Amino acid sequence: MPAPFKIVDCALTILSLGRSAQNLRELRDHLASVPAQSLSHHFYDSLLRPAFDDPEYRNDFALWARRQLHDALLAERLGVIDPMDYPDLEQLRQQLVDVVEDRLSEANEVPQAARGKEFHFLKSQFVILETGASATTIGELAEIIPKLSTGSIFHHVIETRRRQPGRPDDFSGWLEAWGAPSAPIRERLQAVDYHLWSLSELREQIALAFDPLGKGVEP
Amino acid sequence: MREIRLADYAEAAGPEVIEQIRALARPLAGKSVVHVNSTRVGGGVAEILARLVPLMQDLGIRTSWEVMEGTPEFFAATKSFHNGLQGNAVVIQRGLLEAYEETNRRNSIALQGTLQDADFVFIHDPQPAALIRHVTGRRGKWLWRCHIDVSRPHRPTWKYVREIVRHYDASVFSLSTFAQPLPHPQYLIAPSIDPLSEKNVALEQEEIDMTAGSFGIDPRRPLVLQVSRFDRFKDHVGVIRAYRMVRPHAPIQLALAGGTADDDPEGAEVLDEVRAEAADDPDIHILELPPDAHRVINALQRRADLVVQKSLREGFGLTVTEAMWKRKPVIGGETGGILLQVVNDHTGFLVSTPEGAALRIRYLLSRPGMVARMGEKARRFVRENFLLTRHLREYLTMMVGLHYGANESVEIH
Repeated sequence: MPAPFKIVDCALTILSLGRSAQNLRELRDHLASVPAQSLSHHFYDSLLRPAFDDPEYRNDFALWARRQLHDALLAERLGVIDPMDYPDLEQLRQQLVDVVEDRLSEANEVPQAARGKEFHFLKSQFVILETGASATTIGELAEIIPKLSTGSIFHHVIETRRRQPGRPDDFSGWLEAWGAPSAPIRERLQAVDYHLWSLSELREQIALAFDPLGKGVEP
Repeated sequence: MREIRLADYAEAAGPEVIEQIRALARPLAGKSVVHVNSTRVGGGVAEILARLVPLMQDLGIRTSWEVMEGTPEFFAATKSFHNGLQGNAVVIQRGLLEAYEETNRRNSIALQGTLQDADFVFIHDPQPAALIRHVTGRRGKWLWRCHIDVSRPHRPTWKYVREIVRHYDASVFSLSTFAQPLPHPQYLIAPSIDPLSEKNVALEQEEIDMTAGSFGIDPRRPLVLQVSRFDRFKDHVGVIRAYRMVRPHAPIQLALAGGTADDDPEGAEVLDEVRAEAADDPDIHILELPPDAHRVINALQRRADLVVQKSLREGFGLTVTEAMWKRKPVIGGETGGILLQVVNDHTGFLVSTPEGAALRIRYLLSRPGMVARMGEKARRFVRENFLLTRHLREYLTMMVGLHYGANESVEIH
């Protein structure tokens, strides 16, 4: 029998980097030089930040392009970037810079945000906590998932995949050890597009993958 | 009143949130935390501390709240700081600056022992900021918690304040747009409301009706409400102008409910200006409420058909959060912390002029279905983002990070 699944939680605080961009050229310059930790914040960690859900774009750069530069074309190109497609943050950075530079070369004028609407570069600080809770069977894990904090969902899904691109989320990884009986759940988890959901929505999606009919899961 | 415990928040915030907070607090058990501000009652800072401090104590963190004492000259100086940091060009006479420094020095003598030994010292806003100059042998981390909209400060005022606050170990601002170049980490933590406080608990309809009736508010006609201190940045005059533009189209009443605070010497003067603008219109209710009239404000917010917060500058705007928690869409000034809460077409509307406010009041009054939908969204948004439990969690996360001196992450086993 596989080792118990240990539930880990995480909490985040946000820090300002003290760097901001007023226009697209400044954004390009900062993108090329900010710590990778900041790129990570604006793609992943913003899921844990107090903010109104906007499923249209899942990263801060696309949102800023749409709302403050009023550049729908750029917003769409940035919005489609899924950070999980890149093996590391440096390659993600290169893609971002390329998209912005392409847009700068097309535009007749440098798109500019109004005063007070600058893009502010941020970074995160995490505290990762062992909760002491664990599941020894698939049924137990299915029961726990709807009660997990958004921090736990972030840790076991987003953070795990961010640290090791290409690796499945922690739930899928643990289920593999259960072999064939867990295959249908793993298939349903694989079908969840993590790029499109808020953390509370993701929790619902994962819970549904474990128990699609809401009838409970056999231990 | 019964002592508030963290467990009481499980229903409003979710049991998983409470568990997470307890786990975060474990490494801080036994540590000492001191909060210092300049008023025990009145204003958002005092309201937050009144609830946050008992919850930190409930978590086993030795937490106290100290209020500094000041002279009228001191408060005149700090009100000028407030106005200057929010962008008004102010001239602060040397005598007032001396009163500011002297008041901080005098308070530091009384607080020396408490502040010297504390593991974490939270200094709220500019009033007590200069304590750091006078407390010797500081053992813990000192944090300057700025609740003000300093996105575009009057430069001479900021330079003066910056020379003081740069000595802190870290600053905490409410929004990223408020952060300023400083030689230490700058955390971003939004304020919050307490769903269990007198200001926010559910009320019986009878109490709501009685409260509104006691102020002469007509129960049959729509009520538009703004709750805020009588401060020029809240633009009460602009709200009255918006009301006058709506009146030919809808029989609304306007209530402007404002408290006062010990550390705000300009309140009476602004109140006179607002009364003059209202003239003798019987449908404008200017309600000067004591700082502890939390239940009255709660009832008025629940009675209101629409809530307005037409600020010109706003550190955060807790009254916006309170109204949204009560399922009211908010018509808010496009500034400061209001931008984080009011999302156009979702939780209310952002406006920049009395004309804009008037248009949105008319628009929403004619669409009760939309008001209800927006109200539900607003409530959910506050529940997920702006309750005291989230605020507490972020303070604890920051303190754990500072305690372990971490850059990116800390693991607690």
